[in-house]
Amino acid sequence: MRQRSLIAITAALAAGALTLTACGSRDSGKSSDSGKGGGTTVTIGVDAPLTGDLSALGLGIKNSADLAVKTANKQNYVKGVTFQIQALDDQAQPSSGQQNATKFVADSSVLGAVGPLNSSVAESMQKVFDDANLVEVSPANTNPALTQGANWQTKKARTYKSYFRTATTDAVQGPFAAQYVYNDAKKKKVFVIDDKKTYGAGLAATFTQEFKKLGGTIAGTEHINPDTKDFSAVATKVKNSGADVVYYGGEYPQAGPLSKQIKAAGAKVPLVGGDGIYDPTFIKLAGSNSAGDLATSVGAPVEQLPSAKEFVANYKAGGYKEEYAAYGGYSYDSAWAIIEAVKKVVEDNGGKLPSDARAKVTAAMQNVSFDGVTGKVSFDEFGDTTNKQLTVYAVKNGAWAPVKSGTYTG
Amino acid sequence: MNELPQQLVNGLLLGSMYGLVAIGYTMVYGIVQLINFAHGEIFMTGAFGALTVYAYILPDGTSMWVALPLMLIGAILVAVMVAVGAERLAYRPLRNAPRLAPLITAIGLSLALQQAVWAWYPDAKSPRIFPQIGGGPFHLGNVTIQTGDIFLFVAAPISMAVLAYFVMKTRTGRGMQATAQDPDTAKLMGVNTDRIIVIAFALGATFAAVGSVAYGLKYGQIDFRMGFILGLKAFTAAVLGGIGNIYGAMLGGIVLGVAEALSTAYISDIPGMDKFGSQSWADVWAFVLLILVLLFRPQGLLGERVADRA
Repeated sequence: MRQRSLIAITAALAAGALTLTACGSRDSGKSSDSGKGGGTTVTIGVDAPLTGDLSALGLGIKNSADLAVKTANKQNYVKGVTFQIQALDDQAQPSSGQQNATKFVADSSVLGAVGPLNSSVAESMQKVFDDANLVEVSPANTNPALTQGANWQTKKARTYKSYFRTATTDAVQGPFAAQYVYNDAKKKKVFVIDDKKTYGAGLAATFTQEFKKLGGTIAGTEHINPDTKDFSAVATKVKNSGADVVYYGGEYPQAGPLSKQIKAAGAKVPLVGGDGIYDPTFIKLAGSNSAGDLATSVGAPVEQLPSAKEFVANYKAGGYKEEYAAYGGYSYDSAWAIIEAVKKVVEDNGGKLPSDARAKVTAAMQNVSFDGVTGKVSFDEFGDTTNKQLTVYAVKNGAWAPVKSGTYTG
Repeated sequence: MNELPQQLVNGLLLGSMYGLVAIGYTMVYGIVQLINFAHGEIFMTGAFGALTVYAYILPDGTSMWVALPLMLIGAILVAVMVAVGAERLAYRPLRNAPRLAPLITAIGLSLALQQAVWAWYPDAKSPRIFPQIGGGPFHLGNVTIQTGDIFLFVAAPISMAVLAYFVMKTRTGRGMQATAQDPDTAKLMGVNTDRIIVIAFALGATFAAVGSVAYGLKYGQIDFRMGFILGLKAFTAAVLGGIGNIYGAMLGGIVLGVAEALSTAYISDIPGMDKFGSQSWADVWAFVLLILVLLFRPQGLLGERVADRA
């Protein structure tokens, strides 16, 4: 008996220790500007990786959404409604994302959510939100299947009417990169690597398709294990394949060491990636040899858009500790889209929130249209942004510098 | 171009690092039959100890040739303190408890150490950059060796030689062997077994610390989760080589590392196997190897004692 109770206690302890790491809501703190306006308080949920490898991007999303909410409150943009955000950490894990989605759904003051960062996390959240008619606007998901269905290449079909995004999809991003690499950078032999995640594999596939169509050759393919930092065996393969460029579908925590190890192995070829590697941390991790590495990212560079100047200035004035990172502008626009939709719903209902506010906000989102940080924000019939602009960035003097902006047209 | 020599070197380097960490698993297991799952985190704290010396104690711009020995000392100090503290506070009170209790304690300790570094070490929420040794890579024929890897090539054999001398020739080392064979009789013969156990933890932590500095130099970055996967691999290496046998730990590490490198490089060339050859499958092949070895040699490659006490 004594033995058994001991085992029970230790098991309980272990379970406690596990939930300690699993709950992952340490950074959740509600930040609000309550105290003015009075009336109804509407919460905008934010789900992003606030800790771990991808936290640089996640905290940028959280801060930018926070800025949107604060701006709306300051302007008293929706009369009688005060906005606040509630940020939950998904640690880039689909399971945590789903738990967070459930939490948002359970909180009746939540009328919309911004996030997540990762396409794989979005997959686990979409249904939870859709069942509750709660609108979700992602600033960063680029996997085409999220809006256009699993068979998006042959037959587009929208799966969840509550899911929208302000980011361009990989269906555009991969081919755009392929065209740049083949036509502008004049590289004809590529080694394609991905991390087997929804985002990385999807991006690598669309890149490969377009690159072959243009007449380039695929020198080899490889899938890495994102849990490790040792890519030396892969780097040796790249070197021996004779490829003159490497395309990586994945994110910067692996892309940085991968670029570094490929160059160290003696293959002086640029690594090209998508928006997942477009972050200063990539350059930090890849070291000085990363000069010349390329990344595509959605939209035009935020710093160059006149519409974004105000955002950049306000963000600096807001005193946020972290950078707004790659998705700052899109996160601001995502949060603002929700605010616009709420405004429409409130105004149509005589200045008050209706009882079925969630469904009404979701319906209103489809017709939202405004001039945001990243340009005109509106959504097509699948919930994708109508803004299809992309930019190629290159590592120059230890920072990402824009090289070419354009729109991909089939 | 033939890539076999380069892939062997890649595997050897990775494997020596597994081996250095595996020594800690195997020594502690050999003496107290405890699988110290927090060992991976002891490895991680060692790396942060080295970084602390470089980033916060030494003046900026100190040459790596001066800094490296001091960083190594810092890493060893921190790792040993954490390991000895863990032994004293978490494991010793459970010395006579059922075997499951210390095992679960170890898992809890592993999580606690990760979260402690995450929460309190400055900027440890994202990867921290580890200082690098300058200078270009060395070429031997068509094999390239990075400057950072030289440390591992030198440190791993020296560590093994020192360990072998210590265990075989010194009084304490023989006391360890005695305690491993039969703790009760060793105690009767005047061996202070409590002290021996602390020394086993400390020695394991020392080698993990050497491995952690090698990790930092090799990959140029460290983070609070670096010990988790590496610890699992090192534990696998210890089992592969025969848990309880210090030479087995190093051999198991090297076999595991080489298996991972070669499976990444060559399995995809086998007709019909191209789907199973990428690096994401390397772990699968490493574990297939482990199962095969254990099927034919349940005691591991160099294990002598049959696992009757596990």
